[in-house]
Amino acid sequence: MSDLRELYQELIVDHHKNPRNFRKLEVSSHHAVGNNPICGDRITVHLLIKDDAVEDIAFEGTGCAICTASASVMTETVKGRHLWEVESLFDRFHDVVTGSPDEAPDTSGLGKLAAFAGVREFPMRVKCATLAWHTMHAAIEKKNEPVTTE
Amino acid sequence: MSNPSGIPVPNAASDAPTTLDVQRIREDFPALHQQVNGKPLVYLDSAATTQKPLSVIQAVRQYYEKDNSNVHRGVHTLSARATESYETARIKVQRFINAADAREIIFVRGATEGINLVANSYGRKHIRAGDELLITAMEHHSNIVPWQLLCEEKDAHLRVAPINERGEVVLESYEKLITDRTKLVAITYISNSLGTINPVKEMIELAHRRRVPVLVDGAQAGPHLPLDVQEIGCDFLVVSGHKMYAPTGIGALYGKLELLESMPPYQGGGEMIQSVTFEKTTYNDVPHKFEAGTPNIADAVGFGAAIDYLNALGMQAIAAHEDDLVRCAIAALSAIPGLRFIGTARDRAAVVSFTIENIHPHDIGTILDQEGIAIRTGHHCSQPVMDRFGVPATSRASFGLYNTHAEIDSLVAGIYKAKELFSLE
Repeated sequence: MSDLRELYQELIVDHHKNPRNFRKLEVSSHHAVGNNPICGDRITVHLLIKDDAVEDIAFEGTGCAICTASASVMTETVKGRHLWEVESLFDRFHDVVTGSPDEAPDTSGLGKLAAFAGVREFPMRVKCATLAWHTMHAAIEKKNEPVTTE
Repeated sequence: MSNPSGIPVPNAASDAPTTLDVQRIREDFPALHQQVNGKPLVYLDSAATTQKPLSVIQAVRQYYEKDNSNVHRGVHTLSARATESYETARIKVQRFINAADAREIIFVRGATEGINLVANSYGRKHIRAGDELLITAMEHHSNIVPWQLLCEEKDAHLRVAPINERGEVVLESYEKLITDRTKLVAITYISNSLGTINPVKEMIELAHRRRVPVLVDGAQAGPHLPLDVQEIGCDFLVVSGHKMYAPTGIGALYGKLELLESMPPYQGGGEMIQSVTFEKTTYNDVPHKFEAGTPNIADAVGFGAAIDYLNALGMQAIAAHEDDLVRCAIAALSAIPGLRFIGTARDRAAVVSFTIENIHPHDIGTILDQEGIAIRTGHHCSQPVMDRFGVPATSRASFGLYNTHAEIDSLVAGIYKAKELFSLE
């Protein structure tokens, strides 16, 4: 149970049950659809980008707890940040969830994103944790085709 | 030529016992005896692939250690042995599904390849623009996509017989969809995602009334119930060895002899020819016409050993045991608050799909895995079925001849653990 509680931390279960910024934006400049065909996760990320910063961000769709919570925490974390900060957060988040389970993750300064460090113990679930980030990245890059984790 | 090589093959089905000694049977399956995440493995994913008994593993090993050679090629002793083993396996498959003739059995990689063979050979010869193919709404992707590819190429149309809320084919609609334009019907015997057992005999009769040939996808039926192609009257049937306790990479296509003989080859190469010049090639007889290249001899031998194993236990006894397991599982799971069954057919096999309110199947799968319990989560290669029931995915527990009531208790306990983990009040 301890490993599982490590994965399904209260913060993750909370954000899964009550996802933040779970809606469509009335005014948006960028959006993209992300697919995780293995488990049926499918989310859309909407962004309003002004002066190279994320003025607003929201998401919709269905997904597992890891996917939904990751999208929810991501939207909270990146709102108001410069795009270069967002990309650097994505890099660090990616390292946290894909790092070796034998090494302690560097989560300093990552805030709530650190809650996803448990994912590195579950390689089958990395795609769930990163889907929202890949989708946001594609939206910012203005790629029109759906993102897939495959 | 029901037994081309004159090799005696034991007919084991007749004096098989009527109940299974599951504890003893479990001793035959090495993979079942291991710890997963510190817990004894509870393997409830046999609809995806079954574990293999020692006799199958040993048959493959013995083939490579003693008999390995190419088939139908050389005059030397090993080649003769390999040929005999391979053709004996064909006869075992023939008898297992009660085909009239061993030439009606073509070895393929699995059910998927069998369907693709029929689509590419029979389909490309007989399907023309404006024709229709009929499937059901519960098909596995492997019984959808090959027909879509064929329809695209030929400008033909794929029709889909609907299913009801229980996950059963609506027979009246199915019957109406068979018209003069229908050139082939392809239906699953047992749904991999819903567990539904289709009334295939009746469905085949309805198609035959309009002279439409029928392919039956027997991938899930092969390990679960006695197959009899002459009794149900199908024109084609496909099975996958790996779902029948045999190795991966081997399966069989059954086709009525006159159909197979009229069909063009599927792939070209060695084995499938009678003579080759640069001007003209004449093809070998069936089944070899459809087995280009060196076949998967070792796994065909393993397939034969798996059929021996199933016959020794008796398909009736296996079906009864799995029926008992699925009834027990449904009763136990029904008591869990928030659990919804996807697929509640009256006639069903040992497959139980469900969703749990507010917990995604993928999370259930991870949590159960931590308890050593292996189930399948996702869309089960049946996305149209998921759409029909309005769910992105389900959790699926499926049972094989080696599963026990205690394993169902573990599954239920695991689901309660997931619910506990997700309750945050």
